[in-house]
Amino acid sequence: MDLSTTYMGLQLKHPVVASASPLSATLDGFRQMEDGGVAAVVMFSIFEEQVREENEAFSRLMEAGSESYPESLNYFPEVSTYEVGPDRYLELIRRATEQVDVPVIASMNCATTEGWIEYAKQMEQAGAHGLELNIYRVEADFGIGSLEVEQHYLDILAMVKSAVSIPVALKLSPFFSATGNLALRLDQAGADALVLFNRFYQPDIDITDLEVASILDLSTASEIRLPLLWTALLCGKVNASLGTTTGVEGANEVIKYLLAGADVVMSTSALLRHGPAYATTMVDGLKEWMEAREFSSVAQLRGNMSHGKVANPSAFERANYIKILQSFRGEVLSAWR
Amino acid sequence: MQPEKITTLEGNEAVAYTAYRINEVCAIYPITPSSTMAELADQWAAESKTNIWGNIPLVSEMQSEGGAAGALHGALQTGALTTTFTASQGLLLMIPNMYKIAGELTPTVFHVAARSLAAQGLSIFGDHSDVAAVRSTGFAQLASASVQEAHDTALIAQAATLESRVPFVHFFDGFRTSHEVNKLTLISEEQIRAMMDDNAVRAHRSRALNPDHPFIRGTSQNPDVYFQGRETVNRFYARLPAILQEKMDAFHELTGRAYRLFEYYGDPEAERVAVITGSGAHTLRETVAVLNRSGEKCGVIHVRLCLPFSAEHFLAVLPPTVKAIAVLDRTKSPGATGEPLYSDVVTTLAEARAENRLPTEGLPDVIGGRYGLSSKEFTPAMAKAVLDELKKSQRKNPFTVGIRDDVTHTSLEYDPEFNIESDEVVRAVFLGLGADGTVGANKNSIKIIGESTPLFAQGYFVYDSKKSGSRTVSHVRFGPNPINAPYLIQSASFIGCHQFNFIEKIDVLERAQPGATLLLNSPYGPDEVWDRLPHRTQQQMIDKDISFYVIDASGVARETGMGSRTNTIMQTCFFAISGVLSQDEAIARIKDTIRKTYGKKGEEIVEKNFLAVDRTLEQLYRVTVPDHPSSAIEMPPVVPPQAPEFVQKVTAMMMAGKGDRLPVSMLPIDGTYPSGTTRWEKRNITDSVPVWEPGICIQCGNCSFVCPHSVIRAKFYNEDQLDEGPDGFPSAPINARGFPETRFTLQIYVEDCTGCGICVESCPAKSLQQSGVKAINMGPKAPILERERRNIQFFERIPVNERSRVEFSTVRGVQFLEPLFEFSGACTGCGETPYVRLLSQLFGDRLMVANATGCSSIYGGNLPTTPWTTNSEGRGPAWSNSLFEDNAEFGFGFRLTADKHLALATQLAREFKEEIRSGLIDEILAAEQRTELQIRQQRMRVAELRTALEPIDSEKARNLLSVIDHLVRRSIWIVGGDGWGYDIGSSGLDHVLASGRDVNVLLLDTEVYSNTGGQMSKATPLGAVAKFAASGKTVAKKGLALQMISYGNVYVARIAMGANPQQTLLALREAEAYPGPSLVLAYSHCIAHGFNLRDGMKQQELAVASGYWPLMRYNPALRQSDHNPLVLDSPRPRIPFKDYAFNELRYSMLARTHPAESEHLMTLAQEAVNQKWETYEEMASRSGSRFIPDASVNR
Repeated sequence: MDLSTTYMGLQLKHPVVASASPLSATLDGFRQMEDGGVAAVVMFSIFEEQVREENEAFSRLMEAGSESYPESLNYFPEVSTYEVGPDRYLELIRRATEQVDVPVIASMNCATTEGWIEYAKQMEQAGAHGLELNIYRVEADFGIGSLEVEQHYLDILAMVKSAVSIPVALKLSPFFSATGNLALRLDQAGADALVLFNRFYQPDIDITDLEVASILDLSTASEIRLPLLWTALLCGKVNASLGTTTGVEGANEVIKYLLAGADVVMSTSALLRHGPAYATTMVDGLKEWMEAREFSSVAQLRGNMSHGKVANPSAFERANYIKILQSFRGEVLSAWR
Repeated sequence: MQPEKITTLEGNEAVAYTAYRINEVCAIYPITPSSTMAELADQWAAESKTNIWGNIPLVSEMQSEGGAAGALHGALQTGALTTTFTASQGLLLMIPNMYKIAGELTPTVFHVAARSLAAQGLSIFGDHSDVAAVRSTGFAQLASASVQEAHDTALIAQAATLESRVPFVHFFDGFRTSHEVNKLTLISEEQIRAMMDDNAVRAHRSRALNPDHPFIRGTSQNPDVYFQGRETVNRFYARLPAILQEKMDAFHELTGRAYRLFEYYGDPEAERVAVITGSGAHTLRETVAVLNRSGEKCGVIHVRLCLPFSAEHFLAVLPPTVKAIAVLDRTKSPGATGEPLYSDVVTTLAEARAENRLPTEGLPDVIGGRYGLSSKEFTPAMAKAVLDELKKSQRKNPFTVGIRDDVTHTSLEYDPEFNIESDEVVRAVFLGLGADGTVGANKNSIKIIGESTPLFAQGYFVYDSKKSGSRTVSHVRFGPNPINAPYLIQSASFIGCHQFNFIEKIDVLERAQPGATLLLNSPYGPDEVWDRLPHRTQQQMIDKDISFYVIDASGVARETGMGSRTNTIMQTCFFAISGVLSQDEAIARIKDTIRKTYGKKGEEIVEKNFLAVDRTLEQLYRVTVPDHPSSAIEMPPVVPPQAPEFVQKVTAMMMAGKGDRLPVSMLPIDGTYPSGTTRWEKRNITDSVPVWEPGICIQCGNCSFVCPHSVIRAKFYNEDQLDEGPDGFPSAPINARGFPETRFTLQIYVEDCTGCGICVESCPAKSLQQSGVKAINMGPKAPILERERRNIQFFERIPVNERSRVEFSTVRGVQFLEPLFEFSGACTGCGETPYVRLLSQLFGDRLMVANATGCSSIYGGNLPTTPWTTNSEGRGPAWSNSLFEDNAEFGFGFRLTADKHLALATQLAREFKEEIRSGLIDEILAAEQRTELQIRQQRMRVAELRTALEPIDSEKARNLLSVIDHLVRRSIWIVGGDGWGYDIGSSGLDHVLASGRDVNVLLLDTEVYSNTGGQMSKATPLGAVAKFAASGKTVAKKGLALQMISYGNVYVARIAMGANPQQTLLALREAEAYPGPSLVLAYSHCIAHGFNLRDGMKQQELAVASGYWPLMRYNPALRQSDHNPLVLDSPRPRIPFKDYAFNELRYSMLARTHPAESEHLMTLAQEAVNQKWETYEEMASRSGSRFIPDASVNR
């Protein structure tokens, strides 16, 4: 049975990929994921702003209290060489690409033009097989319109594409007025893959302490719907590979995403919950399902349930909504009876 | 031959540079002002820099200088080229080995940044007392007078010791030379190589202990041969001066820099000559040059080889015309006929006359004087005064210069206006804060000019006696000729005032020469600033014809993301105004330096600095100085008028930076100073202070418990009191039942606060309605300052709560106990001082503290103002510092006296049974004194006894009165840091704790030598980075608690206030109550841990949560009743070690410098944590019978 797939130009042995998680923070984690059977690893995202802050904190703390009291003109040994900026991340890429066999896709979120270009170049030099641009922003500046926001995505993509020759994926936010249109434009601008979607940080409020609570729960299978919808809509409409993420709890979700048209299916939560070896369980589940239905390759089933191929395409559009409402109403009505 | 390399270096680095290259082993121990040499050697070794033989020297930090000397002796005896770097008390600790090393004719050079010795007080500053104290060890003494000389002499001394076999002390003036930055020519590796004689090196090795050619050395000798043996070395000392001069000559050949054992400068026909060694020689040389030009027949003999004192060489340079000689010593030998150099000169001349070898016509008159003790300035004016004294027929002998001795009248008058500095030299004085980077920027400027232009540059930096909010004064000279001016700038052509509020506090223009430039960092622009200056400053500006520039550097720093770092901005302004370099060149070089300095820290930091430079010039304005002053602003008095007389007359002078003017008569004769002087110094070092919200507060006491500077005070009182209070005086009903008319107030001493914010982070009470608002919140000080001053005044009138009415056993109760340790100069957010303050609250009125040298002795006892204070009855902690190494023994001595004098008082009291009220003596002698109430009752009984005794006219009564205070139980505490307790004082601590006597030890464990800048101690944890452990410490922290538990009779506790304040309180009270020895190990977060100390208490909590710092108490008293004496007070580890550790730079920096090693060490560190926890857990679950029985308690 041929489980192989091509994602942003990378040949993968099957479509189950580890997405950004703490597992990719150490070389040991990479080895566990490889042993666990993933086809590729998307590394945890490096945030330029965080790197800058850490650098500044490092510098500030090294100098804190210095040149003040004559007995202690500084507090730390002078070090001539140390890692700054994304050095540690790059070192991890280097070691990971040397020591594990699965492709390594670096993930980045930058705050400046130079950041996007420099980080991208450095990651390519460090040996990354691909880049994922995790453009994460909540537009809190209400003066910025939708076109500007979209243009920002396009600009970043163009910058990075012109800086590197390795494939570049774009991880999208689920919230655009015209997601499909933007996807097409990104595709035309040379995106090698589109990843659906960024599960961005949505703060909660702690009513005891009256504080904004930063909680990031692992995703659940019920969250699969939105990316599933857009995968199905985009399948066949773009040249870029489609990566899907969010809500991949087991083989069922892998199968659903593939049917909708995904080239790879990414999982974080399941690997964290069950351990990296769960990747093999998912792949086995996919195989079983394919065997039962006599699919001989992933290519054969990919996109079978996409908007373009499904028997009733309108089910992905407004009709679906109406149908749910109708059934809902039906229940209500029955309750009234 | 390669071109000479010109650079700018600090004296310490210049010496270490040479010493590192010519030695194989360095055995060291940190001590100011020499520590930098050892740190650099360690750093270079860590960077794999090699010596001239191509190997990396072994640098080993020992547990004390005594240990360093022992290791050094051993390494020398086994043939390694070995050195050490030390000073002051450190050199003294080496004395026993120095006799051995010299007696065995072992070549070595000790590099000494010469420093004062602790006498009536400790001083970290420079003089020759330490070197004078080791004169009889047999070491030769060779002095350097400048940075270049120290760099060169380090090599010359090494060459000479190898050939002569006589060991050398190579010394240079602590701070003045060790910390001066100056331009110098580096000795090349080839030149070093050429100076080192390989045969001499091999000869040294051949004399080494070697089992292949065995012999014994270090025998024990008897009356028959010891004396003769002692005389065998004479010829080596006789040969030494010639050998040294040969080496100096060889060095001259190689480098062109000539040195002689004695060098004469001045008129060849001089009649008056001064003799001096050390940096002061340059002051005299430059002064003599000026005086000679005006026809004065005077000169100076600059002594380099102080010991052995070569009469032959001295007489050879003495002009035959000399009639009078003044010898200057930078040390004091009380009771001696003279100080060492004076004595040597007198003896030399007397012997020469006796032997008819005098080069002069008759025997010149000789006077001797002291100068420059503890870095006291020695200026050309003082040098001139010395030479002028020789003109007189009645000369002072001995004399002093640089002070006013109005008691024994030794001091010479001098004209402070006498100035010899050339107009060619740009002399700039910069006033800044430690935190604003002023010193760093000036060091950069010196590098820029010194290393990339033909100009010469010199920098010397004066720091503060406080660790928080400290001021710095940079003295920087630039000029076309080498700058040998080892004294502060007296007449500055440029004054940079980097903090606007200095204008209101200190005399900024004191050192400005007429026509000087003032650059002021001012929030007020060119049109507004004049009206914001004090009247006095305006008048000075007019009188001195000051060119005045302003820049809002703080504003530019904020705009460009530089925070409080105004250094680059002010530096740019200096270059723009001073014209030392062209503006374009200066900016290009500043940027170049920024890249070099910050490049490795990341591009964004470089960019911010660049931006700041670019934005600077457009905001620099020249201000037109009006003809008349117009300001009504007056400088406030240094201390308020109600301060005691001593504070008014003495302390205030020191506070104002005018302590140099205090005459001898004003100073205490024996180092005894009044307690509680910090209260008079309102430092106002922060703009942001805590503000109390009475409506939200739950009165838990946490905030005052954790406050490092004792600025949060609480009182409860009857509500009637409020009638007299100022409007709006904040209060709340006391949060306790049964006190309906009682109010509670939390008062913040805003002028003493350092703004750390620990109180806010420790406050558990949050507003029920408003996010982010707690019962205590940081807010701007300016708008509330006047109000709070009034509130404090009123608050102080409310009576302190009666101690017997306060619940000592709760954090909530403790807030009502008056702190008798307040407003210290400790770092903002210090982790030690909350424990120290707590001691003073709990036991303060009967507390005796023996304090080891270190941070706690500095913030506890550094003049001008000290924090240990008294209560309203005039009682309070009696505090003293002896040394670093002997603190446990020092405190033990307190105990012995207390025991002895209690016994004496008891014995004498019994003899009064018949004369005094029936039963009083029995009550006193039988009194249980454990609780505060019992102690109060005992005080009353003792007072009654005193009243009864006073009218009795008998020796017996007077004797009893002299020891009567001992009838109230004293609380004796031995306080110190881990450098003391784990390293240098470890054996004393061990012995004292094993003694069984009732002493209490509070060990403030910051896990590094904090006071000297973060060197590794044996308390430093596995995986942490510290100086001497730049690659991470690979050995786990010593288990001191377990060691002391093994004695069985020692009360041991581990506490961490931030994790469990209640346990801290319990442990300290139990330790004090335990009638035997107690050891309390207190986790103390520290600036040397590398995190924002505002989170200090949270970090303590994490240390405990990770299991790294288990909280426990081992109480031998429990063992008596077969209970398990060990109680584990913290729960099982619930977070991984790294979740605690990586919040701190000391751990996280290793992940940046040595990522693989970091990973490895963190794994081991986690294992160490697990094992430590298991050990404690196992012990806590044993039956009591499985612990060592405690005979002393069971008895």
